Amino acid sequence: MPSFTKPKIHLKNEKKNDIGLIRADYDGVMSTLCAGCGHDSVTAAMARAFFELSIGPHKAVKVSGIGCSSKTTSYFMKEAHGNNTVHGRMPSVATGAMAANPHFTYIGVSGDGDSLSIGAGQLVHAMRRNINMLYMLENNGVYGLTKGQFSAAADLGSTAKKGEVNNLAPIDPCALALSVGATFVARSFSGDKEQLVPLIKAGLKHKGFALIDVISPCVSFNDHKGSTKSYEHTYKYYHKAVHADYVPPSAEIRASYDDGKTMPIELHDGGLINLRKLDSGYDPTDRASAFSKVLESQQTDEILTGLLYIDETTQDFATRKKLPGRGLNTYPYEELNPGADKMKDLMREFG
Amino acid sequence: MKPTDTSDPDYFHKVVDCQWACPAHTPVPAYIRLIAQGRYSDAYMLNRESNVFPGVLGRVCDRPCEPACRRTRVEEEPVAICRLKRVAADHRDDITDRLPKKPAKTNGKKIALIGAGPASFTVANDLAPMGYECTIFEKFDKPGGLMRTNIPAFRLPENVLMEEIGYILDMGVDLKLGTPVNSMKELLKEDYDAVFVGTGAPKGKNLSLPGREEADANIHIGIEWLESVAFEHIDKIGKEVLIIGVGNTAMDCCRTSLRLGADSVKVMARKPRAFFKASPWELEDAEEENVDILVNHSPKAFVHENGKLTGMVFELMEYDVDENGKITDSRVTGEKTIACTDVILAIGQNNAFPWIEKDAGIEFDKWDVPVVDKVTFESSQKGVFFGGDAAFGPLNIIWAVRHGHEAAISIHKYCHGESLTQRRPDQLKLEPTKMGMFEWRYSNAFDDSERREMDHVALTERFSNLGTEVELGFSPEKIATEVQRCLNCDVQTVFDAPKCTECDACIDICPVECLSIVPNAEEPVLRDAVNATNPDQALYVSEDLPYTGRVMIKDEDVCLHCGLCAERCPTAAWDMQEGIITIPHADDQNALDKIFEAAE
Ligand SMILES: Cc1cc2nc3c(=O)[nH]c(=O)nc-3n(C[C@H](O)[C@H](O)[C@H](O)COP(=O)(O)OP(=O)(O)OC[C@H]3O[C@@H](n4cnc5c(N)ncnc54)[C@H](O)[C@@H]3O)c2cc1C
Ligand SMILES: Cc1ncc(C[n+]2csc(CCOP(=O)(O)OP(=O)(O)O)c2C)c(N)n1
Ligand code: SF4
Ligand code: SF4
Ligand code: SF4
Ligand SMILES: [Mg+2]
Repeated sequence: MPSFTKPKIHLKNEKKNDIGLIRADYDGVMSTLCAGCGHDSVTAAMARAFFELSIGPHKAVKVSGIGCSSKTTSYFMKEAHGNNTVHGRMPSVATGAMAANPHFTYIGVSGDGDSLSIGAGQLVHAMRRNINMLYMLENNGVYGLTKGQFSAAADLGSTAKKGEVNNLAPIDPCALALSVGATFVARSFSGDKEQLVPLIKAGLKHKGFALIDVISPCVSFNDHKGSTKSYEHTYKYYHKAVHADYVPPSAEIRASYDDGKTMPIELHDGGLINLRKLDSGYDPTDRASAFSKVLESQQTDEILTGLLYIDETTQDFATRKKLPGRGLNTYPYEELNPGADKMKDLMREFG
Repeated sequence: MKPTDTSDPDYFHKVVDCQWACPAHTPVPAYIRLIAQGRYSDAYMLNRESNVFPGVLGRVCDRPCEPACRRTRVEEEPVAICRLKRVAADHRDDITDRLPKKPAKTNGKKIALIGAGPASFTVANDLAPMGYECTIFEKFDKPGGLMRTNIPAFRLPENVLMEEIGYILDMGVDLKLGTPVNSMKELLKEDYDAVFVGTGAPKGKNLSLPGREEADANIHIGIEWLESVAFEHIDKIGKEVLIIGVGNTAMDCCRTSLRLGADSVKVMARKPRAFFKASPWELEDAEEENVDILVNHSPKAFVHENGKLTGMVFELMEYDVDENGKITDSRVTGEKTIACTDVILAIGQNNAFPWIEKDAGIEFDKWDVPVVDKVTFESSQKGVFFGGDAAFGPLNIIWAVRHGHEAAISIHKYCHGESLTQRRPDQLKLEPTKMGMFEWRYSNAFDDSERREMDHVALTERFSNLGTEVELGFSPEKIATEVQRCLNCDVQTVFDAPKCTECDACIDICPVECLSIVPNAEEPVLRDAVNATNPDQALYVSEDLPYTGRVMIKDEDVCLHCGLCAERCPTAAWDMQEGIITIPHADDQNALDKIFEAAE
């Protein structure tokens, strides 16, 4: 950890967003992660995305599980709401919070250990329910916090720091997500903010569950030769398939995108996600096409990135379950709790 | 863009904005660090190497360093560089045994220096310890030039000036007071090996308006009047004084008038405040003493009754100013007479060399300014050098010092038959500052304290005695706070591209977001990537990075030198290194041959 806290500096030409905040207003406390950890870079990308979207920190909720990645909710948006849940249980807490107050923007931050081992069941159900949140899966192939054991995302043949070879098949979060009905599936890399920041913005604006699997190297336990999640390996095999830009509601900007080369996806807020296909021959709005593209890439060393799949038509959980739009937190206790007598009647029904 | 060549000494030098802006390139952050450690004598000596008069300059320097100071990029006020210089001078121990001594033997070369101002003294300071026999001729009975005759003692006490002049005289310099040089041709006939002209720009400008001659008794030329006050030929003035002009001389005239019995002093400016020539701090100090500054009054005539001045007529002006702050048009809207007992003209100075004969071999241009080489300071007459205000018109003390150093180098080369233009270039040495993982030998944490204000002697007290110094110097609390405001711009961010793994840690931690890793491109594209909006400040561009071939870029403009990038970098690709810039002096030219040989 650096010798002093990063100061908040006001430059003469500082940029302000629509609600008058500067980028540094989206910072959190100083990171205690290892210097050079990919997670810190993802944190910076999240802070930038919230800044650029002009979302007030007090209108955002950060939730996470356990792990170095999960710790990072403290390192951005000091003034936002948040909860570090127990290991792997973040999706349940997010679901409850979202039901209580759907007016906030929800971001979950987790790791490959937290999400794909102990929390795999939770993640899968959050995806199939299409909870309206962005889920950042910071993927380094190891349990960083507990000193570098292989995670369920470790690739076949990837070696641990001391040479041990992984011989268990990995879970590919994107394939998993596509198979259980997730409506926004993306992969990116902590070292590519040019791709990552727009993806985060699009994910936050997507109505429904958005997953971003971010390769985020662990400098301390998984950045050596032989690792398939190192900086060197990722830069080498990195491949951009689809670039996504979030375009806020504004007619003029939209006009310039109607040029056939790009594919605009209408969002619920009136803005759009503009897809720029860098690979031809596949349709990111077609689940089967995306699925086969992801499976194909598993056969090669290529790391397929970008917004791999998007579906804006499926209703999110709250809509499908007809949750009251005003949020459960606005109901008085008496209304939320029908009382002991009503409870007895109800139990009798089951009896 | 091509990778930045950081081996060019100017590259890192420019990053140290104060040092680059200082005509004598005083290593400001280095001496501020010494002050922070309580090493006042060391700070004084380091200062003295470049600027020769730290005690004087710590009070009255024109301080071009301060508007340049990097601190102003992140807040309003620069570091109080000048005040800290005075701290070093005020708190130093007796340093006389650390000064160059009068050499046991001279080198037999005789140098004549005309005028005992800062320019001549700097030349003597550099040459006497090397064995040169330096003789200074001064027309007045006291040395110091305008520092003595024009800068009032309430800004610069006589003992401070005399002590620093004394250091130079003790190096074996012969000072001939009350000895004006009346003929250059005669002087050239004597057996001097070289001549240095440091006679300043001694002629105050006049204002020929109706009534000027009739009311002459109460109309004074600013610099002559201040000189008479300094020599105690004048010790009073009328009750109502008008000062014409709003430069630094005007400020000294108005404040001196108050001390000589004036009740009301008005400074009359032709233009609006944005066009004032006086330094902001001089204006502030005058206004603190209740001097009125009236804008948009253009002098028209002197009013007199029976040969006695009673007032002055002014035209009231109105100006059109464009968005760049330039005056595009002006008009007279009326007229006004302001009563007064005295008028002091402070509208500028000129060079004047009545003692240099037209056929002395020294060429003058059409404004009667001598033709002087900007690098060597030699005139068209071989072996005759000019410096200070005499060279290119009125500047200030620190420029006179710089000229003096340069002229000393030239004189040394001239006396040894060497080419004057083959001068040792500036040199840069980088030294590590890393002490541990997150530990450096400079205080890198950003301190957001505001600039400390100077305490002043109470108004009543200061008017009672012309010589009472107004500024009190910094208290220990102020010293301790002000030193921490300096950003240590000389501790440079040094990048080693092959080590970088492109993890972005440095980019994310940087509090001013001045770093980025991007595909190389033309300068405007790269500048845009880091919002580098100041074209006067460099954009650093690295070699290609190993993994992607992109480049690390950095906007030098806003860097705080906090070292967080280096603390956060897992591979030490960024490092903080102290850049020590050596500015050539007369006594380090001998190593020249070796340098030029090595370069070939
Ligand atoms: C009112 C006023 C206030 C100023 N305040 C400041 C300030 O606060 N800070 C600052 O940095 N600068 C200030 N300056 C400017 C500064 O004083 C000069 O730029 C500086 O002193 C120039 O140094 P110099 O060595 O070139 O010449 P000078 O200081 O002018 O010295 C020249 C000397 O040569 C002598 N001389 C001239 N002719 C002959 C001759 N023929 N024979 C022998 N001797 C001769 C003169 O008597 C004089 O002593 C001020 C100037 C004025 C007028
Ligand atoms: C119930 C429970 N089981 C096990 C642990 C130990 N544990 C802490 S973090 C972690 C794995 C974290 O891995 P990941 O989510 O990938 O985070 P990373 O540190 O790699 O970012 C484990 C197993 C725990 N804290 N709680
Ligand atoms: S152990 Fe790994 S994942 Fe955890 S902070 Fe360090 S580098 Fe990051
Ligand atoms: S911050 Fe310090 S080193 Fe930097 S320009 Fe100002 S005085 Fe000089
Ligand atoms: S922190 Fe170091 S390794 Fe990482 S990008 Fe910056 S310079 Fe490169
Ligand atoms: Mg992990």
